[in-house]
Parts: sequence; structure tokens; C-alpha cells
Amino acid sequence: MDRDFKALESIKHIILVLSGKGGVGKSSVSVQIAYALKEQNKKVGILDLDLCGPSIPRMLGVEGSKILQDTNGWVPVYVTPDKGLGVMSIGFLLPDKNSAVVWRGPKKSAMIKQFLTDVYWGDLDYLIIDTPPGTSDEHLSVIENLQNVKPDGAVIVTTPQVVSLVDVRKEINFCKQVNLPVLGLIENMSGYVCENCKECTNIFSTGGGKSLCDELGYKFLGYVPIDPQLGIMLDNPSGKESDDSGSTNSFISAYKSSPLFETFKQIATTIQN
Amino acid sequence: MEIQPPENANEHCPGPESEMAGKDDNCAGCPNQKICESLPKGPDPDIPVIAQKLSGVKHKILVLSGKGGVGKSTVASQLAFQLSQSTNEDPEVLESANDLENTSKIASNENEESDLPYNNVGLLDIDITGPSIPIMTGCTDMVVHESASGWVPVYVRENLAVMSIGFLLDSEDSAVIWRGPKKSSLIKQFLRDVDWTDSGDDDGYGDSSSQLDYLIVDTPPGTTDEHLSIVQYLRQAGIDGAVLVTTPQEVSLQDVRKEIDFCRKAKINIIGVIENMAGFVCPHCSHNNTIFTPTTGGAAALCAELNLNFLGQLPLDPRIGRACDSGEQFTAMFPDSLAAVAYKSIVSKIIKLLN
Repeated sequence: MDRDFKALESIKHIILVLSGKGGVGKSSVSVQIAYALKEQNKKVGILDLDLCGPSIPRMLGVEGSKILQDTNGWVPVYVTPDKGLGVMSIGFLLPDKNSAVVWRGPKKSAMIKQFLTDVYWGDLDYLIIDTPPGTSDEHLSVIENLQNVKPDGAVIVTTPQVVSLVDVRKEINFCKQVNLPVLGLIENMSGYVCENCKECTNIFSTGGGKSLCDELGYKFLGYVPIDPQLGIMLDNPSGKESDDSGSTNSFISAYKSSPLFETFKQIATTIQN
Repeated sequence: MEIQPPENANEHCPGPESEMAGKDDNCAGCPNQKICESLPKGPDPDIPVIAQKLSGVKHKILVLSGKGGVGKSTVASQLAFQLSQSTNEDPEVLESANDLENTSKIASNENEESDLPYNNVGLLDIDITGPSIPIMTGCTDMVVHESASGWVPVYVRENLAVMSIGFLLDSEDSAVIWRGPKKSSLIKQFLRDVDWTDSGDDDGYGDSSSQLDYLIVDTPPGTTDEHLSIVQYLRQAGIDGAVLVTTPQEVSLQDVRKEIDFCRKAKINIIGVIENMAGFVCPHCSHNNTIFTPTTGGAAALCAELNLNFLGQLPLDPRIGRACDSGEQFTAMFPDSLAAVAYKSIVSKIIKLLN
């Protein structure tokens, strides 16, 4: 094995979260899968490869944290004191949250390689890799760099509309071309229950992801409805802007009571099998 | 835009476009040395060609957003549809910018009233790995032809031309797995080789050799190859400005701030910001639900903070998604809906800001 990738040797499972389309919920799905796995007593890491628009630090309330380095490499930022959930993102390396990362492919690829070689994750059960939309530099680079460690496969996220499904088909073809197994597909933003009359409206239609799975023979991991509460939890997870203590992370505590937690516990269980 | 040296460049960086890029004494030890050395040197000879080609296009607008899935393509396609139904100097459209009541009335009257030719609109989709414009304009099965004067775009209407990589693929499912340089060279081809001047036919919608009034460029999310390339290639031709699209959550606004930073670095004028998916009116009980909560004040607060034009809010409406999936013009199908009225007001504001 390439000695550069020693850091990944101690990781049991590597899962990529992919989607051809942007804004379908890759990052929020990554966070929820990671959290559900953590609750099942797994040691989990999240690697955020969206270099131009990293969302994971904000979602987990660790925005503004700094990366430390020790003799083994970069130390991920831990969300909980028990170090059960580690995060690595370019968000931690930026001088301030407004600065744009205006990079062309080669620089992005170099950064991704560094993330995969220099981060010392320790013994992880699962590493969830969140990706940007599309099938371009980031995706090719991560696949290239993971060649020696054989990732378990990809979880594909879609919303139910045709425009999203078309992009997802492209992503599935990408997986085929690079020999990455598809672990299953999640249909996100499927239906919204009105807070007033409890009537369910399919804002982005429904069922598209399920029928795509039936057609292509992939495992369907579940429907995830739109839940405005989740958006609030992920938008401002520490409750207030500057929570220096870091010990009380409200996403972690609030999410347990969310109905979505049940959905994702099931999805996490399916993925583990 | 001059290509700026990267932030982590060495002192006295000769600049990535310089003949000495990567070879200069000052480049020793720079993390970007290899990249600079491998890039083509000197000014790009195609840039003046593109400027020449697009010299007759009156307005060039980029639709940008840091985040994916916030509705760039939806906004771009509806903007194109709507612009192609208006005339460039229709005073009523201009006046109605602040008068929502009248917009739907004007929309229904404009066919009869105006003597001016309708705007010629071009819609260019530079989302190479996830093109949505062909679906949203209902022309997925079309192919691009080549004529003596270049690639002929697909005409959705007589005065609305569309170009996208979607028209060049064997099948809708084909993945375009390209790294940056290949994406950039296709974008260059789109700008250099597409002949926008030829009208679909000549039945009064602009004469057959007329130039575009508007070229709308729909972009992929992020701030990377496609964005740098389009800005670089249009440097001489000139970009009127960018319309930024966001959703109300902080996670999206965060990315939009990055995009604003990009626009400032690249010296692109920001026409304004649109807040999409703001609120959802339940079709059963008409209760207004907040789906994506503006925990930090949404786009309006962002615009106030950064002194940008706030173009307006667009509500979520299941019919928009359905119209886009089947390639229809939402604002024409449901002219009285809240979202259509909002769209029209935004388009009028954009026209006003540009003229």
C-alpha cells in the first residue's frame, strides 16, 4: 500500500455521500448519518470535500475552530468531548467565513490529497466523505486517492424532481465508470407537512428516487421529509453565535428528539449491513 | 479581470499569466509553482475574438450562487422566458417595478400593446456536469447544428435561444466526468463559436440578423474553474453584472457571501440578490409556512449589511418545480400566482437596473 495513505489504514469503513445536483441535502445527510452511527457507538469522522462551499462546520456548530497539528498529522475538530465525532473541512483553514476559495482544479486536488493523507483520524469505524455537486475534479481526485483503501461505496442523495434525478443518473454512471459501489439512494425533501393543517404537500413532487432505485436495482434507503426544524438546528446549532465552551452542542442534543433521527437510525443500520 | 496571484503566493509573484510564471526566481518554493509553470503563457488570443463575437449583445448577465440547488437554473430560465416576452423599452414594465398590482395585467396586455420588437434573449448553460436548462426550457431532445457562422443554438421560441452541454450528449444519463481545463475549453467554445445572431425564423420577432438584447449565463455552484473561466473569457466583452440567488438559511447565505467576495475580487458588478424558497403557502389551507428559516435575517439583512440591491423574495410553489420539470414557463402558466407576480417584479427591477 502507498505509504502516503497510512492515515486511512485504521479506518474500517469509508462512505462517500454523492449527488449530481447541488442543494439536495448532501451535507445535512452526511451529518445525520454520521450522528446516527455515532449514537450506535461507532467512532465516526466526517471529511468535508466541498472546498468552495463548506457547510459541515456550521451545521455541527464548530465554525471558527482551528486545526491543530501533532506528530501524527492534522488533528480533526471533535464535536463532542468523547471524541466520537471528528470533522475536517476547509472551513477551519480559512481566515474568515466570508473569504471565497477561488481555486481551479489542480489546487483543489492538492488540498484533497492533503486531507486524505495528512489528517490523523485515529481508529475510526466510519469515515463519511461529503462531496460538492457534480462529477469533476473533486470527485475524480478523491476516487484516485482512495484507490488503495477501497471505499465501501457511495450513498446517493436526490430530491424527487426530474431535474435532480437527471443529475443523479449521471452520478450513478460516474460511480459505474470508476467502479464505486452504490450502497443506496436517499430521497430527500420528499413531502412537507403543513404546520397548520397537517396536510402533506409534495413541494418537489415525490417518489422519483424510489422509482429510480426500482429501475436500476439499487437499494432504496428511505424517504426523508422536509423538516424546517432540522434547518434551524443545522443553521445555528450552538444556539448562539459565539459559544466558546463548546461543550453544549445543541444540534447533538436537539436532534435526538427530531422525528428524522428515527429515519436516519434506520438508514445507518441499513448501511452497516 | 486580471488573474490575481494566489493568496499563498510568494512575495514578488510575477503573476500566473506572466511569461516567467513558475520559472521566475521568486517562484522557488511557492506552493503554486508547478501549476503556474504548466499553464499556457501570455494573453489568451481567443479573448478578443469572443469580445468581437459578443460585441452586439446589449446585456450580459451571470446568474450566480455559492450554493447548489438554490434555484439558479430556475431563476435563469424564468428570467430568460420573461425577458423574451418584454420589449426593451416598455415604459409600463419599467413603471410597474414598484407596483405589483399591475404586473399581471401588463403581462396579459403586452402582446397587443407594444410595437417595439421583443427582446432577443440567449440563455447559456455553463453547468457542465449537471446541465438543467434543457429540461427547464423543454428542449431536451434537441441537437445543436453547425452552420458556416458557428454553432446554431436551440430555439425555444423565435427570440429565445438556448445553449447547453445537454444538447451535445449521447444520452441524458451520460456523466460528463471532466476536470477543469476541459470544462473551461468547452465554455470558451460556447462563447466563441455559438452564433446567437441567427433568429429561429423571421416572423416579426426581431429581424433575422439581429443581435441579442440579453445573454443570460447560468452557472454551476461554487467559485471555481467555470466561474474563473467565464469571467476571464468575458473580460473584454464586458459583463453587465451578476444576479445572485440564495435561500434564506445561513448555510446558504454563507456560501453567497463567498460568491460576493468572488465578485468583488473579479470586479463584477452585483445587480442584486434574489431570495428563493422564502416561505411556502399551503395549497390546502393557505397558511404561510417557513421551510427554510432565515435564522440570520435572510437575504434582506445580507443586502442591507453589504449595501447590495435586494431584488425580492420568491416563495416555494410546487407548481414551479412541475413547470420546470416539464419545461414550461411558470409565469405564463400561472400569471396570477404569488410566485409569478414576484418573478415579474424581479425581472422588471433587473431591466430597470440595467437600462
